[in-house]
Amino acid sequence: MSELRELYQQVILDHNRKPRNFGKLDGANRTAEGYNPLCGDQVRVYLDIEAGVIRDIRFEGSGCAISKAAASMMTASLKGKTIGEADQLFGRFHDMLTAAGNGGAAAELGKLAVFSGVCEFPSRIKCATLPWHTVRAALAGKDEPVSTE
Amino acid sequence: MITARDARAAAAPAAALWDVERIRKDFPALHQRVHGKPLVYLDNAATSQKPQAVIDALVAYYSLENSNVHRGVHLLSEKATQAYEEARVRVQRFLNAAEAREIVFVRGATEGINLVAASYGRTWIGAGDEVIISTIEHHSNIVPWQLLCEERGALLRVIPVDDAGELLLDEYARLLGARTKLVAVSHISNALGTVNPVKRMIEMAHRQGVPVLVDGAQAAPHLRVDVRELDCDFYVFSGHKALGPTGIGVLYGRAEWLERMPPYQGGGDMIASVTFEKTTYNALPYKFEAGTPHIAGVIGLGVALDYLSGLGLDRVAAHERELLTYGTATLQAAPGVRIIGTARDKASVLSFIVDGVHAHDVGTILDHAGIAVRAGHHCAMPVMRRFGVPATVRASLAFYNTREELDALGAGLREVREIFG
Repeated sequence: MSELRELYQQVILDHNRKPRNFGKLDGANRTAEGYNPLCGDQVRVYLDIEAGVIRDIRFEGSGCAISKAAASMMTASLKGKTIGEADQLFGRFHDMLTAAGNGGAAAELGKLAVFSGVCEFPSRIKCATLPWHTVRAALAGKDEPVSTE
Repeated sequence: MITARDARAAAAPAAALWDVERIRKDFPALHQRVHGKPLVYLDNAATSQKPQAVIDALVAYYSLENSNVHRGVHLLSEKATQAYEEARVRVQRFLNAAEAREIVFVRGATEGINLVAASYGRTWIGAGDEVIISTIEHHSNIVPWQLLCEERGALLRVIPVDDAGELLLDEYARLLGARTKLVAVSHISNALGTVNPVKRMIEMAHRQGVPVLVDGAQAAPHLRVDVRELDCDFYVFSGHKALGPTGIGVLYGRAEWLERMPPYQGGGDMIASVTFEKTTYNALPYKFEAGTPHIAGVIGLGVALDYLSGLGLDRVAAHERELLTYGTATLQAAPGVRIIGTARDKASVLSFIVDGVHAHDVGTILDHAGIAVRAGHHCAMPVMRRFGVPATVRASLAFYNTREELDALGAGLREVREIFG
């Protein structure tokens, strides 16, 4: 598979076309906004947290296929997770995209492993991590928009 | 032995017919492969590639003449000073300015605008005064004026554009008033390619006694600029977009203004005498050139402008116009592509969106086909908002581009469709 096909896998294109958990979450008790000033990707995440568990999560915004699919698949994988588990997943996802020799991290990421091709495209890594940074900001209760810069 | 002077003199290309293959030979960076494909460089509005003559001039300067200007009694300093001041005269000729002292070397168009905002602005713009810019400015011709207006309690007024990306001159006429203290407008829009009718806009402003700054960052490498014909008060451009080195640019200022304006920065070279009680400033243009300047950059810029003049700006513009027509047709034939910016008078900038595909994804796929474009807001976020798009893909052409390269762009866009369906 070419690097490009590795990046734009069917799963990613599908989530880009039909993002899951897209739109505002009524009754959210945490929210944050993320912005990538370089390309204009913008995402807002909404979370409903109870007793340290992510009961529901949704997002809205606009951006490239990578950022949109990353947000869509992130919400799918975080629903029902504890905050501790979410942090752990973020760490693994981040390592897969940035650390050399990512095989180990990818193996533990399940469906999220489709993003492993992104590390071959340094200028696109921030597209994939933006929604995750935004969730972390929401969990930390930050009101200020998070920026990739 | 080749002297630095010889290296600079060898710059001018012989140009009888428009032989693009021969011209391309002058640009070493064009002859490389990226991702295994021949480079198709269509990001000229971001920065141009450099002819070998400019690269050689930098090497020759650092190898043979390197020393500080305007201060040494020794031979190298005299040579460096002479080369530096000769370059100023080359810039003067390039812009057809009346005098060499009207040419101030700065880091780029951005610094030129900031200089005028700080020096002219803080002197003549006060509370309740107005500065007029347009909707299609680069951030560098917006933010310095916002900072100034905030500081002085002045108001920023913005000329609107129509759906083609042309400025609405009736609205401009309405904005010009007794409180207007300056108009700052781009010669060519970097995001849309619109060539603004600056000559007419300057006439309109001057009828009300308002001076005009023209941001020529996108114009200098693409059309013949004549500051006296335009009758502008200030004109700025960046060297690196005009075949020159990065980190060097030009502020042209009408001598009557520059004479009356206070210095922008203090330091060496900009003074006539210094005591702790009083400092007397140097004459023009040195009053505005504090500290050791970017000597190599200035020399390289002089060579770059000679190269452009050797080609002939009118011929450059004619070739680029032909490429623009061909490129426009190529994009119109590509599935789901919409061009943003369709002004009647347009430079060789093709800003576009692909239906259902974000500009960033288009940029990545094109990059893998060896095609360098810009994807994003082009430092012109108000333009993106005006046209209701988050970002565009921008292919910006130069005289060394070819129809074959535009065909490659067309093929790259078909690949985008294949991947995204």
